[in-house]
Amino acid sequence: MSSSIVQNKEYRNKQKIKDGFISAFIGFFAFVWIFPILWTVWTSLRPYNDIISYGVFSWPRHLNLDNYFHAFRVMGLMHYFLNTLYVTVPAVVLTLFLGSLIAFVVSRYSFRFNLSLLLLFTAGNMLPIVLTYIPVFWLYIKIGDLFGNRSLLYNNYLGIVLVHVAFQVGFATFVLSSYMKTVPKEISESAIIDGASVFRHYWNVMLPLLRPPLAALGVLMSCWIYNDFFWALILMSEDSKRPVTSALRQLQGQYITDFNLLAAGASIVAAPTVILFFVLRKQFVSGLTLGSTKG
Amino acid sequence: MRTTTANKKIRSRRSLSRNDRFTLAAFIGIPTLMQIIFLWLPALITIILSFTYWNGINVSDIKWAGLANYKNIFFGTPVFYEALKNNAIWLLWFTFLATPLGILLAYQIDRKIKGHKIYETVFYIPVVLSLAIIGIIWNFMLQPGGFVQGVMGRDIGNAVSIWGNYSINTYVIMGVASWRHIGYIMLLYLAGLKSVDSSLREASAIDGATEWQTFRKIILPTMRPVNIIIVVITIIESLRAFDLVYIIYGTSTAWPLLNILVFQNFAGQGISMKGAAYAVILLVLCIGPILLYLRNVFKEDLK
Repeated sequence: MSSSIVQNKEYRNKQKIKDGFISAFIGFFAFVWIFPILWTVWTSLRPYNDIISYGVFSWPRHLNLDNYFHAFRVMGLMHYFLNTLYVTVPAVVLTLFLGSLIAFVVSRYSFRFNLSLLLLFTAGNMLPIVLTYIPVFWLYIKIGDLFGNRSLLYNNYLGIVLVHVAFQVGFATFVLSSYMKTVPKEISESAIIDGASVFRHYWNVMLPLLRPPLAALGVLMSCWIYNDFFWALILMSEDSKRPVTSALRQLQGQYITDFNLLAAGASIVAAPTVILFFVLRKQFVSGLTLGSTKG
Repeated sequence: MRTTTANKKIRSRRSLSRNDRFTLAAFIGIPTLMQIIFLWLPALITIILSFTYWNGINVSDIKWAGLANYKNIFFGTPVFYEALKNNAIWLLWFTFLATPLGILLAYQIDRKIKGHKIYETVFYIPVVLSLAIIGIIWNFMLQPGGFVQGVMGRDIGNAVSIWGNYSINTYVIMGVASWRHIGYIMLLYLAGLKSVDSSLREASAIDGATEWQTFRKIILPTMRPVNIIIVVITIIESLRAFDLVYIIYGTSTAWPLLNILVFQNFAGQGISMKGAAYAVILLVLCIGPILLYLRNVFKEDLK
């Protein structure tokens, strides 16, 4: 008996030393991971002339936020941030709304086509995006011509919002429907017995219960849609209408020689998602994992 | 059993008023219509277009091509095989290096080793950044006058071309891709690990199992659903890989991938339906993992 305790103690000590090594190793790895980001921020704090005259590795003679102010002014970032807002907010709200509708019907009413519907939406989320590029582009122009206004969808925020919604709604539906399955059926039954209409059942009974997954999805999708620069490159013909990540891509070519200014611009554009992640980390993580570990 | 569910269905249908039925139809109809118009219909059209010749301008110019686009790709386009090779490298790298590293990392962080909170955050930050920003960050590291060149002792005048050198750029691209992928996998796995009963692990430790044995015999089997998801994500991400390389090379085929070839044929001067054929090839490759994912996720419902 006593020997096994001794053995256990020895084992624990050995484990402690091993854990120290592992922690140090991962720590080193983590430093390598974060270094490019730190380097970018560091570069953004130094004036361009410092680097030109003393080199990249020189001791900093000036550290200030000038590049940041300059980036806002010269690159017009504020304007592009607003564009992002016009795309992201409606797209996220609409995605969550439509996703919750389907999830509500599928999980509360037993129709024969429930599963096929759910499959249609979930599979749609996994299609290679390039498969839709040419027809969507062409469809946008044709719909525009039909209504006598070519920029009804093409070169318009509405068009970008709609493609984002079409692509993200599958994921939202899937996550929300698997969450709703965990909500007791009795709640719905009593609502129906009380004579609530379908709309009231959805709006006053189910929707308030969906707050946690809606918050999680909202955070996650805001981040995804904010980060996307691709649809805007395809569907926006005017540079001035592009969201901030697409604009940054454009500005990269324009300011390629002024590292420091570009570093400041990149840091500014990165800030919202990084801050969002730090502040709403719980929602962020649960949004991702709700969709992947259920099943 | 059967009759009761049938009864229930009938009852629920009967209890619906006309108004309710209309609401339900709208609830299903609007999102489904949108999904079909902006996603499934375009996908279907692309599949059809892959069998045609078209320059993307006038619908009347579409001409039937049969399998010509595919024949051209398989027998007349060496860059297609280069792209396949790069996609395969991507897949192998992710499968044997990046994904396992992410899983091991999750396992260690879940054990609450010293500093696990900081590590978790650090590894996750690259995942929340836009590719547009990642491109800029890594350019700072690698471009002439950048950090890596400086460490190698090269100034702007005699810098090494990192992106233009085929023997280096494959590793560099894989490295940057892993920079994002590892954090993503770590996060997914970490969430799964939180649901593993910790007494299982303690029991195996008391029985004298080594770390590795515990991981292989206890953790991996209990994490089976998550494992499947991660396998699927790894395969699909490797097949769909695109943004990172696009950020570096644009639509040039300096380091081709299937998705880059699609884009090259769709954007720029000459629109060709070869791009549609590439997209269909990509879809065909993705179908297996997509079905695996759906089967895993809807296991109970499919029964």
